[in-house]
Amino acid sequence: MIIEPTRRGLGKVALAALMLGASPMALMAETPADTLVIAEAIDDIVSLDPGEAYEFSGLDLVNNTYDGLVEINPTTLELEPGLAESWSVADDGLTYTFKMKAGITFASGNPVTAEAAAYSLQRAVKINKTPAFILNQFGWTAENVDTMITGAGDTLTLTVDKPYAPTFLYNCLTAGVASIVDAETVKTHDVDGDMGNAWLHENTAGTGAYVLKSFKPNEGYVLEMRPGYWRGDAKMAKIFMMHVPEAATERLQLEKGDVDIARTLTPVDIDGMTGNADVKIQKDVGGQIYYLAFNQKNEQYKNPKLLDAMRWAVDYQGMADTIMKGTVIPHQSFLPQGYLGALTDLPYSLDIEKAKALLAESGIANPAVKLSVRNSADRMDVAQSIQNTFGQAGITVELDVGEGADQLKAYRARLHDATLQTWGPDYPDPNTNSSTFAENPDNSDEANNTGYLAWRNAYDPGEMTAESKAAVLERDPAKRVEMYAALQIKHRETSPFIVMFQQARNTGLRANVEGFYTGGAVDAAAYWLVTK
Amino acid sequence: MASLDLNDDAPPRLGHFARQSAATIFTLLITFIGLLAVTFFISRVIPTDPVMSILGERATEAQIAETRTALGLDRPMVTQFAIYVWDALHGDLGTSIRTKDPVIEEIARYFPATLELSTIATIIGMLIGIPAGVLAATKPGSLLDQTVRLVGLMGYSMPVFWLGLMGLLIFYGQLGWVGGPGRLDAVYDMMLQFEVTQHTGMILIDTALSGRWDMFANAVSHIILPASLLGYLSMAYISRMTRSFMMNELGQEYITTARVKGMPERRVIWVHALKNVMVPLITVVALSYSFLLEGAVLTETIFAWPGLGRYITDALLVADMPAVLGGTIVVGAVYIGINMFSDLLYRLADPRAK
Repeated sequence: MIIEPTRRGLGKVALAALMLGASPMALMAETPADTLVIAEAIDDIVSLDPGEAYEFSGLDLVNNTYDGLVEINPTTLELEPGLAESWSVADDGLTYTFKMKAGITFASGNPVTAEAAAYSLQRAVKINKTPAFILNQFGWTAENVDTMITGAGDTLTLTVDKPYAPTFLYNCLTAGVASIVDAETVKTHDVDGDMGNAWLHENTAGTGAYVLKSFKPNEGYVLEMRPGYWRGDAKMAKIFMMHVPEAATERLQLEKGDVDIARTLTPVDIDGMTGNADVKIQKDVGGQIYYLAFNQKNEQYKNPKLLDAMRWAVDYQGMADTIMKGTVIPHQSFLPQGYLGALTDLPYSLDIEKAKALLAESGIANPAVKLSVRNSADRMDVAQSIQNTFGQAGITVELDVGEGADQLKAYRARLHDATLQTWGPDYPDPNTNSSTFAENPDNSDEANNTGYLAWRNAYDPGEMTAESKAAVLERDPAKRVEMYAALQIKHRETSPFIVMFQQARNTGLRANVEGFYTGGAVDAAAYWLVTK
Repeated sequence: MASLDLNDDAPPRLGHFARQSAATIFTLLITFIGLLAVTFFISRVIPTDPVMSILGERATEAQIAETRTALGLDRPMVTQFAIYVWDALHGDLGTSIRTKDPVIEEIARYFPATLELSTIATIIGMLIGIPAGVLAATKPGSLLDQTVRLVGLMGYSMPVFWLGLMGLLIFYGQLGWVGGPGRLDAVYDMMLQFEVTQHTGMILIDTALSGRWDMFANAVSHIILPASLLGYLSMAYISRMTRSFMMNELGQEYITTARVKGMPERRVIWVHALKNVMVPLITVVALSYSFLLEGAVLTETIFAWPGLGRYITDALLVADMPAVLGGTIVVGAVYIGINMFSDLLYRLADPRAK
């Protein structure tokens, strides 16, 4: 079928190869003026369906192709109206009414209606993919969601099962899973009742600044700007995302000018680029926190003086500066910086003498800790630093190195002694971390409450469980902030958790690139404000 | 030895051919199933749990159980294997756990990138490796011989990761002679899918067929560095083997006879001796080629080359077993295919093998 052109073509191939061999290759090393080229490791993408996407790279794409009822302003990280113009909550705290903005259309040209919004939320609950739990928290299940979420005309009504803090709902509505999809288009791609899941897996149907033009898993994607975006047209006509797994390669491409933004650089690459006037480094934070956790199945970890001694035996600043080389910042509360009510003070620092004194007060002679750590270089370095400083304070640390998934399995089964872990928040509301670090409704083995980090460490937080549950119901935002502040203080002083760091992000940009916002700890990246 | 068959007359030879073909097909089938079995069972005993890697830390017990059932992991291992072999024999390699795309489609996308890269690399390796090996063998111990050995040794012993990065740093970063990582510049990469018909998935061929010579030139500038790097490694192997085959051949009596008869040395070496080392050389080149076709994981990673090696490795890291198994089958098929092809070449190179 293609034999003839192939033969002809091969002749040309040979000719061209000869010509190329004879002439020096002229190479362009500049990205097109209307296109933003980004290099990043994006092999974490599982699906582009906003009801399913739950990985960093997938959510970045969703954030630029869809909008929610409520949005996070990329520059201020404050809540702002999205596709809903205004909203109110009834006195009983159970019914929310959203008034939709008029005149907004999906990429297909279909108007955004309250019906489409209702369908989108119902759909996310019904397809029940990984992020559905964010919506399930409001009592929405596949069975009741058609009556609890309704849309007619320009009014969307959401009914929740408890009088939650309104900020809790609004924050959760900014998550990718609550994105509004083009109901009409999605319905035409329904296969065997999947509500368009297979189609949305690699297509977009939203209101966002960009439309997906092509997607090749583990290779990259192309987004094209959509004129008339309700927040103002995107500045760059196209976004070209290139999957580059190797950081050193990304750095070369950035320095060469073949990409405009490099997002997966290592500290070594960042060091290496200092002094290059063509490139700049933008620093901000991500949501992940690094912590140590001690399993209270081992009685010694119930001793408050021992826990205190360990808190003073960690070299927070030293590790952040040296081993982690700017990829983390010291952080000691369970809410990451950027979250409602997050505490950013650092009450603890390395103080070996104090740790020794506390250890003496604990009455435990020569305590031993078996610290589980996954076999990656940075984790090992952190673990060895802890082994060293704990050792100086008189606490022997034995490292138990293993593969990440195995260690997670053991952790979930409460089989560890102590562990070095990270935790990334699930949605942009403080309840996401508060509920897992400070709540444990049933500490028995049978409860198998693996979703609670407190349970995994056999830690009964006592009244904190009720206090955290009360905070998610507190309707006065200022009071809510105070409640989380109190919880974080109590937690870091009494729990068997030692929060050490929060993730820091280092993005490499060409010097002419402006307006790239990563979304900090609470949101995904925004491409539509970027200029160059 | 194949030459033992020389005295067979025609009809028995046909029968013999049929028997041999049947035996070959049977061996192939057994090899394939053996390959599948080993890969499959290894994939089931490694400690990485595909369910955990799909669902992550937040998974509830119910979700874990549901996913386990959906993936068929709750059935007996033998049943799982039987189902897999049955589907594989029907051309269905399953669906990737991670991307939910059919594995066969994904491989069809990644394999051409590897094929393109390794073919060019093998050509480079052959064109330099064979003459270098021959020349080295003719003057053992000479400066030339030492140089070929040293260059070969470097190819063997230097980490490809380091070589690749250095190559990028010098030829792309500093000198700007070649294109950077990836198969094309961003601007062409975006155009490729919309403006060029993808006949083969190999960019050099597809762009040439479409007459997009600008894009073709750009693709050449991108492939030349990784292909040269792999070609160098392949050359290191081919030149060493050529040298040793040639040394052996040049010590044979018929070479002495030819020389004594006054045949020009050039003819002795390049025609008589080289012709006789062709058969083992074909094996060496075929091995080196199939090794590259497996996908050079590190090279593909450094050069952001979307090839088969990286596909299998990425899949392995997240325990995406359908993808790993599918990739393994393709690699197995390639090995077998190249072996059969080199068998054919033997017959051309060595009349006795007919």
